[in-house]
Amino acid sequence: MTDAVSPSASLRHTSLFEVHKRLGGKIIDFGGWALPVNYGAGILAEHTATRQAVGVFDVSHMGEFHFRGPKALQALQNLMTNDVARLADGQALYTVACNPDGGIVDDLIVYRVDANHFLAVVNASNIAKDLAWFRDNTGVTCTIEDESDATALIAFQGPKAIEVLETLGAAGLAALPSFAFRTGVKVAGATTWIARTGYTGEDGVEIFCDPADAAALFETLVRAAEVVGGSAAGLGSRDTLRLEAKLPLYGNDLSDATSPLQAGLGWVVKLDKGNFIGRDALAAQKAHGLQRSLVGFVMKDRGIARHGYPVLANPPPASGDAPVVVGEVTSGGVGPTVGKNIGMAYVPTALAAAGTQLFVDCRGKIVAAEVVNGPFYRRP
Amino acid sequence: MSDNYPSDVLYTEDHEWARIEGNLATIGITQFAVEQLGDVTQVDLPREGESVKQAQVFGSVESVKAVSDLFAPLSGKVLKVNTPLGDSPEYVNEDPYDQGWLIQIEMTVPAEVEKLMTPAAYSAFIRENAD
Repeated sequence: MTDAVSPSASLRHTSLFEVHKRLGGKIIDFGGWALPVNYGAGILAEHTATRQAVGVFDVSHMGEFHFRGPKALQALQNLMTNDVARLADGQALYTVACNPDGGIVDDLIVYRVDANHFLAVVNASNIAKDLAWFRDNTGVTCTIEDESDATALIAFQGPKAIEVLETLGAAGLAALPSFAFRTGVKVAGATTWIARTGYTGEDGVEIFCDPADAAALFETLVRAAEVVGGSAAGLGSRDTLRLEAKLPLYGNDLSDATSPLQAGLGWVVKLDKGNFIGRDALAAQKAHGLQRSLVGFVMKDRGIARHGYPVLANPPPASGDAPVVVGEVTSGGVGPTVGKNIGMAYVPTALAAAGTQLFVDCRGKIVAAEVVNGPFYRRP
Repeated sequence: MSDNYPSDVLYTEDHEWARIEGNLATIGITQFAVEQLGDVTQVDLPREGESVKQAQVFGSVESVKAVSDLFAPLSGKVLKVNTPLGDSPEYVNEDPYDQGWLIQIEMTVPAEVEKLMTPAAYSAFIRENAD
C-alpha cells in the first residue's frame, strides 16, 4: 500500500494554507507547494460537484507576470505563438511560448489590461524558467515583473459559478464573454480581477485577488458553493476534470521537446502574424508533416492507464519477443463523468486517427484502447 | 487520522488485514490504507484456486490517484473472491473491514499468523509512521 505523504516543512504555502487545513484538506507536495489533493468528500465527489454545481480551487501557486511599457505587445508577439495583437482591452487568449526548435517552453494565458500592460499567467512549475526565458527574449525594452507572490488565484468552476458569484455582488458576470475579464470587481468585500477562464471544461471564472483577502474570499465562495451543491475542490479533481476536457498539462502532455502542432494546439500557432520564436521550426514541421501526435484514447477493456505506461501498436507477439513500444501515456486515469478510463499519449501520426486500436501496458497487463477525437467530455 | 482498528483482525505493515477463522483467512485493506488511497475505482484480484504467498503481491488496487500493490498477509489457496467489487469497488472505501473484503484463503502455513500485528501493535505502528 502507499505510504502516508508527509509534506516536509520546506514546502511553500499559498495564502490559503490554513483554510485548506481547516476545511479538512489532505495536503500533498505538489511541485514544492503544500496544496490539498482533496478535502473530506474525496476526488470523485469534488469532481461531480464541479460538473453539477461549482467547485472552488486554490490555484494561487500559478505564476503572474506583468508586462509593462509601450513595447509590451511587441515583446509578447515575439515570445508567443498566438496573435496577441488581436486582443482588445479586457480580453485574454490561450497560447504557448516556444523555443527556437518549436518545443513548448510553457502554455499560458495572456490578458490585455491596456495597450501598455499585459498579464501572463504561467504554470507554477515553470515560473523561474519562464521569467528567465521571457526576460532574455523580449527583443525589445519591456519590463516583466513577477508578481506571483503578491497574487492569489481562486478558480470558481461549474455550471452554477456565475449565478453564485452574482449573489455575492459581482453583478453582470453572465454577460462576460469566454476569455474576457474585468478588473476592479468587488466580490464579498474583496477587490478582484475576474476572468471567464478555467481548466475544468466547465463554465466558470478565475478570480485574482490580494493574498490578504484570499482566505475570507475562499471561505465565502465555499459556503456559497455548498448552498447549491458545490464544494471546495483539490488538485485531484482538477486533474480528472481537465483530463476529461482533454486540456493538456505541462510536464505531462507538453514539454520543451514537444511542439504545439504535435500536441494538437495548432490553433494557437499563427504562422502569418509575423515573426516569433520557434516560427521557422513550426513552419517546417507543418510543411513536412508531423512524425508524432498527441492522441486521446479510451480503454476498451478493464485497466487504468497512468502517466508513463508504454503504448503498443499490437499485442505482444506470442513468440515472447519484446513488443514494439510506439509511445507512452502522458496523462491517464479515470473519467468519472464520462464513465470510462481515458488517457493521452504521443504516438506515430500514422496511428493517430480516430478508431485506431492501441494497447497500453498497465504494469504487465496488456489492455486494448481506442483513439478518439476531441475532448472526452463536453459540457452540455 | 484513522482510529478504526477492529479487534477481530490482524494487520500487516503494508496495511492489509486478515480475519482468521480456523484454517481460513479473510483478507482486506485497512481504513488507514483506504484513507491514503482515496476513491477506489478498480480492484484486481487473483482467481479462485490460485495460490498467494505471504508478503508477495497478490493483486492491485486502483484509486483515482494511483495504483498500489496488494501484499498477501498470509500464504494459502484462494477459496473465494469478493466478486461484487468488480462492479462496486467503492465497498472498499465504505466498509473496508466487512463488505469491502478482498479474498478468502485456506492457509497453507498457519504459523505465519505469528508475523502479523495485533490491533494495538498496528495502531502504534500507524502513530509512529504518521506525521
